[in-house]
Amino acid sequence: MATLSTAFTLPLRSFVLDVSIDVGGTVALVGPSGAGKTSVLGAVAGLVQPSSGRIALDADAWFDSAQGLFLQPDERRVGLVFQEYALFPHMNVRENVAYGGKNRADEYLERFRISHLAGARPTELSGGERQRVALARALARDPGVLLLDEPLSALDANTRAAVRGELQELLREFDLPTLLVTHDFEDAAALAERVSVIVDGRLRQSGTASELVAMPADAFVASFTGANLLHGVAEPSANGSTRVHLDDGTVVTTADAAGGAVTLAVYPWDITVGMAPPSDSAMNVIGGPVRSVAEFGNRVRVAIGPVTAEITGESLTRIGLRPGAVAYASFKATGTRVVAEADR
Amino acid sequence: MSWRRALTRGVLAALYFLAIVVTMAFLVLPVVAIFAHVPLGRLLRQLSNPIVTDALIVSFKTVAISQVVILLFGTPTAYFLASRRFRGRPLLVTFVELPIVLPPAVAGIGLIVAFGRFGLLGSTFDFLGIDVSFNQTAVVLAITFVSGPFYVRQAIASFDAVDRRLIAASRTLGAGPTRTFFKVTLPLARGGLTAGEAISLARGLGEFGATIMFAGSLQGVTQTLPLAVYETFEAQNGLDVALAISAVLVIVSLAILLALKGSGLWERSRPAVTAIAQPEAN
Repeated sequence: MATLSTAFTLPLRSFVLDVSIDVGGTVALVGPSGAGKTSVLGAVAGLVQPSSGRIALDADAWFDSAQGLFLQPDERRVGLVFQEYALFPHMNVRENVAYGGKNRADEYLERFRISHLAGARPTELSGGERQRVALARALARDPGVLLLDEPLSALDANTRAAVRGELQELLREFDLPTLLVTHDFEDAAALAERVSVIVDGRLRQSGTASELVAMPADAFVASFTGANLLHGVAEPSANGSTRVHLDDGTVVTTADAAGGAVTLAVYPWDITVGMAPPSDSAMNVIGGPVRSVAEFGNRVRVAIGPVTAEITGESLTRIGLRPGAVAYASFKATGTRVVAEADR
Repeated sequence: MSWRRALTRGVLAALYFLAIVVTMAFLVLPVVAIFAHVPLGRLLRQLSNPIVTDALIVSFKTVAISQVVILLFGTPTAYFLASRRFRGRPLLVTFVELPIVLPPAVAGIGLIVAFGRFGLLGSTFDFLGIDVSFNQTAVVLAITFVSGPFYVRQAIASFDAVDRRLIAASRTLGAGPTRTFFKVTLPLARGGLTAGEAISLARGLGEFGATIMFAGSLQGVTQTLPLAVYETFEAQNGLDVALAISAVLVIVSLAILLALKGSGLWERSRPAVTAIAQPEAN
């Protein structure tokens, strides 16, 4: 597979976007809104011109400030799927797909199972159908790179999971260097081989999704990947572990060495919940009334004291947990991680 | 003291309805009177009067030419002003809009000292063999100057309203700026452009002040329909002719308005058309 190499700086309104990403396979660019994610896509597509740097697909340079080179969007082989898809409202589905590749229109209508919609206007389509049209249109242009801007955010929760599956398959099938922008870590983890976290125009961390979850570079990455963040003051103890006095008075033990003001990351799926204090190896047990119970499909997030645990619906029923009841959240000292404090 | 409150309420209600009735009557009566003042047969007979037919031909020809000029020159200008952001743009836009609020007589004087024989470009026009003294070229210039900005202003707004992501999408799909303009921008702006053109057409058809100052009022040469209304009204026994021409103009104006409303373009064009004088109605 070809490699898209991007390294550029682009001044934006409130910060300077400064990124360097090599895209072979699928890379997800994640971060909060306003972090500059979409501008990265714009720079790769040629819709905005960075102040310096180089963007190239293998040896084929599209932008090179050293050589004064800047190719127009139509001179770059990019397939850009816009957020909310940007389908041409005055054209039907077939005309939309044929816009970038006349000869491939029918083939792609067939391939994306939208032949029956060929004569329909974009306004007549469902969210999932629109997304298929947008993908077919971008790919019919025969791009060397695929850029997806929040491909799932315009969909409701029900279609989202199904479309995510379709997208997964599609990315495998087309095998193009793909840069995918999302603010949802789960989408990123599902679709991309590598995930880059961008905040305020800068890359905070890049790695596989599980690398990010296991070893978040800072508190932002940790919370973005779903971790509980516990703020407190660390006090080394004699046996090598660290005791952290949390802001709310709870004391938590971590296996990491630390001192002073720290943030601990604990992943919800590393926390077990019971109606009685456990007698196992877990060093940390936090007892208290259940603050909330939130169900996401088969996963249930249970908040007790300063932490949130993630358990299955089955466990919930088995232990008979309900809001207000006193329960115990327990997790191992090795299940906690001291992370660098992100700018708050 | 409730009878007092009831009285106040009654007076207010009466004033409220009075205002509505006066407004409607005031606006409707003059138009109705044009058709009611003399029997319809007499009006129709006047339509074959050479003054009327000459004015119809002059108006039709000059307005048609000026519309073509406005479209050909105004559309690229509007696109440029809508798609670029640069220093001095607000100033240029203001100059484009100025003729809309300028008194037509002032426009006439301006045209004379700019393009007239002894004006700024007079000698240049002479050299090029362009004669703009009291002929149809002068009429076209006057109509274009006064009515063109109505189109250009609406066209800027219409181009501006085209979703920039669609233009970006077109570019990333391999279309250059020209193809993008004709396949995406223009079709999406078309409704607004048509509305602007219709407003401009109506305004051009009614042009009076600038034309009479810059082009004069020679029957069969520069005498447009509004000028003919004025001239015949001044002449002995000319009221019937003036009324006949007025009736024609009312019908054409009404047709333009109804066509706009029927096509749904009137509502959409409202902000640009009424921004000068009226607050948003809703």
